[in-house]
Formats: sequence, structure tokens, C-alpha cells
Amino acid sequence: MPGLVPGIHALIDNKQDVDGRDKPGHDGDQSKLRTGPILDRRIAADLRQWQGARVLELIFTSTLNGVLFGMLLFLMASGLTVIFSMLGVLNFAHASFYMLGAFFGYQVSRWIGFWPALVIAPLAARVLGAGVERYGLRNVHRNGHVAELLFTFGLAFVIEETVQMIWGKAPVDYRVPQLLDFPAFSVFSTNYPAYKVFMLAVAVAIFAALLIGIKRTRIGMIVQAALTHPHMVGHLGHNVGRIFMLVFGLGTALAAVAGVIAGPALVTQSNMAALLGPILFVVVVVGGLGSLPGAFIASLLIGLLQTFAVAINVSLASLFGPLAAGHGPSLLTDVWNVSVAQIAPVLPYLLLVLILIFRPMGLLGTRET
Amino acid sequence: MLEVRDLHAYYGKSHILQGVDMHVGSGEVVSLLGRNGVGRSTTVKAIMGEVAPRGSVRFKDQEIAGLPSYRIARLGLGYVPENRDIFPSLTVRQNLQMGIKDPRRPGKWKLDDMLSMFPNLASRADTAAGVLSGGEKQMLTICRTLMGDPDLVMIDEPTEGLAPLIVQQVGDLIADIASRGLAILLVEQKLSIALRISHRLYVMGHGRMVFEGTPADLKANAAVRKEWLEV
Repeated sequence: MPGLVPGIHALIDNKQDVDGRDKPGHDGDQSKLRTGPILDRRIAADLRQWQGARVLELIFTSTLNGVLFGMLLFLMASGLTVIFSMLGVLNFAHASFYMLGAFFGYQVSRWIGFWPALVIAPLAARVLGAGVERYGLRNVHRNGHVAELLFTFGLAFVIEETVQMIWGKAPVDYRVPQLLDFPAFSVFSTNYPAYKVFMLAVAVAIFAALLIGIKRTRIGMIVQAALTHPHMVGHLGHNVGRIFMLVFGLGTALAAVAGVIAGPALVTQSNMAALLGPILFVVVVVGGLGSLPGAFIASLLIGLLQTFAVAINVSLASLFGPLAAGHGPSLLTDVWNVSVAQIAPVLPYLLLVLILIFRPMGLLGTRET
Repeated sequence: MLEVRDLHAYYGKSHILQGVDMHVGSGEVVSLLGRNGVGRSTTVKAIMGEVAPRGSVRFKDQEIAGLPSYRIARLGLGYVPENRDIFPSLTVRQNLQMGIKDPRRPGKWKLDDMLSMFPNLASRADTAAGVLSGGEKQMLTICRTLMGDPDLVMIDEPTEGLAPLIVQQVGDLIADIASRGLAILLVEQKLSIALRISHRLYVMGHGRMVFEGTPADLKANAAVRKEWLEV
């Protein structure tokens, strides 16, 4: 940031050495010395203000990015956790539908534009997801949970390989639509892209629709009941199989929406499902398997945790610098010098391990994982 | 109305039902008695399709063995399972609404009637059903099934684990339902209720029926009571 960073000669510690006007014996001159501290104080205040602004900026943009990432995670985790509650199976292929959403979005965007793609891609994923439940999982279900788990595992690979066959291994050129390709606002000196604001708006809108759909509609009520007591719901005359298919389709559609809107902002590539899948499981387990509010809180938590961890470049050494001196090079110094940003990737999994040890049912879950 | 012939069912390799024969007529109250583990609950589960049935189950002259349970329920066969499977996160009112199979075709039981029948359910209509007491949960599961307008209700162990006063209330409720012309198949262990409200009773032992008769017949038959019922 040119203009904001004080020049090095103005820094307090260096003053006496770089002041070119100094002459021998000059130091004793009381009149000249008197202006020094006043100037110093003003510069120090500027510096503090500048650092404060940077910290504020960091907090602001990281919070926005964290919430955004969290909401995207929630679009996927909500489907995954609901599918788990109902079918009792962790769908390893869930992130693959997110990837399919991105690639479908890319392809449809090329043909007829981004806006139709935003609707068509999730619908296509929904049909595909419902088909997977109806003709795949439902048949495999007869052979038990292990078979189902392996089925979704295999499906994830099938989707990945198929995507590679069609679109190749390299990232595709899936771009932010022109309409949204401008900075929405500036925070201090950083431009925040309009597209990210749009992503956030879509995620929040879907979250609201999901909440209303579950809490206020009859089908939402039946889904809620089927989450815990599918057999009983069947005994009351509701077609649980059809509800499962519907929910599976809806879950995959939500994941696909996340893919369509995240594709242009991130990299649309055949490994994007494998990159995101593990984080998704962390969210679902931390929130509590089968708990939608839990998935929401865990999504935001993981989103913020990861974003902030990457943004904060602080190591133990820099925090407790003086105390560390004298240890000499050892394994401990390596640990000492690792910055938060460097350990960011491991943090969600660390959280997963801790949750599994100390609270196996997750933050808001009701049953053990 | 309900005709069961030579019904078999298995849990894994163990042969639980070994040829059950029974029938329930229209508007009839029938009790199914027997000690724990003789297959009473399994019989209703097999009729409902929750346990895979082998043999013949006919309901309203239609073969229902092997149908998915939602289809069986839609034919007018209601089932109140023994574990009082209320939906804990839904409100009392929503639990009752869950019993309605098709909101476009309302049955003869109205939500408000149900609530007025049970003041303690009415006062908690909008609280989560998970906080209800055992007796209230039992009332709720029975009422919920009634909301689906069944012609025959199978009620599995409704008084298990309830305080004597509540047992009395549940018994009254079942008698009340019966007085409205519904057929009832009651699985019970407590002879008192069964003898009070039943038209006919079956006693089960080792996966098949060992006695069939009226309450008077059972009262007179000390040998059956001693061998198959008393502990």
C-alpha cells in the first residue's frame, strides 16, 4: 500500500542514525531535541492506525469469506446429513454431485448462458441423484450398510472418471458471468467481488427456503418424522421410499447448486470433489450426523476456522518470541516456528478427531456416529 | 376382515412364527395374549409387513402379505407399535397430522375432536411430543393412528410400563374406540384389560395359537391360564 506505509527513516528506532542534518555535538542541542518526540508520537499514531486498519480489514474480509465458504459447505452438508439420517448411510458420492453441478453449470453456461445453467444444472443433478437412489441404493440396501457404503464409494470414482473422460483433467474455463464481474464494494483498500456477494445471497436464499420448507410444509413435516422413525412413517401410510428418493434428489440438487455457483469462483476441475469431500464429512460429524441445525453451525464454524487460519500468519515463535530464544535448533523449534496459516489445512481434521473423542454425537447430534 | 392363515416368520435363522391362524371380524375386539417371546408382537409385525411374512394374510378380501407397509396402512389397517414411536421433534399437533394419509380426503376423526378427548394433549398441542409422559405418548400414538381413519387397529402392548391409573385410562380409550365400531386387535399381557374389552381372545405359545375363545371360556379354563399365561 504505497503512501500508507511510513518510510523506514521515519521509524522511531532509526531516527538518530538517518537524520542527515545531524552534526557532531548536535545531540546536546536541547531546542532541536524537543521537536523529536512530538514527531515520533505522530508517526507512531499513524502506524498504529494503519496496523489497526489492516487488522480490521483482515477481520472483515475473512469473516465475509468464512461465512461464504461456510454457507457453501452448508448447501452440501445439509443434503448429506439428511440423507444420512434417512438412509443410515454416509454418501461418499455427495461431493461428486457438487462437482457434477460445477461441470454441468460450465457446459450449460457455454451453450445458453450462466443464468439458465443456475437452474438446469441442479435439476439435472436432481434427476441423476433420484435415479441413483431409486435404481442403485435401494437395490444395494438389501445387502446391508457395508454394501451401500461401498456403492457410494464406487459411485464417487465412477463420477470422477466420467468427468475426466468428458472434460479432461485440466481445469475448465468456467468464468464469472459478465453481469457480476465487478467489485461490489471496497473495504479499506481491498475490492470485494460482486460475484461473491451473489454467491452468499444464493446460499442464504436457499437456506431460508429449506428452513421454511421443512418447518412450514406438510412434506417437510413428513421428512422430519422420517429422519428419526422411517418405519413408523410407513405404518401411517406414507410412502417412505418415495420420500427417500425425493430427499436424495433434493440433497444432490443442493450440492449441485453449490457447484454451479462455486465453480467460477474456485477451480472447476475433476479433482474438486476429492478436495472437498473430506471437509464435508468433518462438517457433518462435527455438527452431529443427521442434525440440520448442527450442520449449519458446523459449516459456519469450519468455514470461519479455515478462512481465519489461512489469513492469520502468526506462529508461536512470533507470539512468544523472546521466550523462545536459547532453545537452539531442535524439533521443538520447528513446531515453534510453524505459523497458523501453515497448519490451517489440518485444523478441521483436528477438530474432527477432538469431537469424536470428547463428543461423539457431534455438537447438536442425538446419536453416536 | 382380517384373515391370517399358516403365517410363518423368521428372525435370521430362528423360526418365530410357526403357522399362525387367526381372524378378526368387522367391528370385533380381539386380544392376543401370551408370555414374552412367544411371537405376539412378531405376528402383528408380520401382518404389517415390518417382518417378512410367509403364508397368507388377507385384509378386506385382499392378499396383503408381502406388500410394503404404507400400502397396507392405506387399505385401512392401523398399527400402534409397542415402543410408542412418537416423532419427538414434532409437536403434538404435528404428530396427529402425521396420521392423516391424504389431507384432501379427511377421515371421520378430526384433529380438534382428538384434542378435546384428551385435555392434557390439548393443553400441549404445540409443544414437542418428546417431552410427554409415557401414558401421554401412548394416547398420542393411538390417536395418531386413528387420524388415518383405519377400519382395524392393531395395538401392541399399550399398557406396558405404565402406572395403574394410566393403564385404566388407556383401557378406557380402547373401549371407547371399540364402541365406535372399529375392529381392534390388541396384543396384551394384562389379563384384566383383555378380559374387560375383548369379544374373543387368542393365547399364543411357541409361535402358534394354543387357545381361542371368549373371555368367559378363558376364565373357565384354568389349565390354559396356568400353562400359557401365568408366570
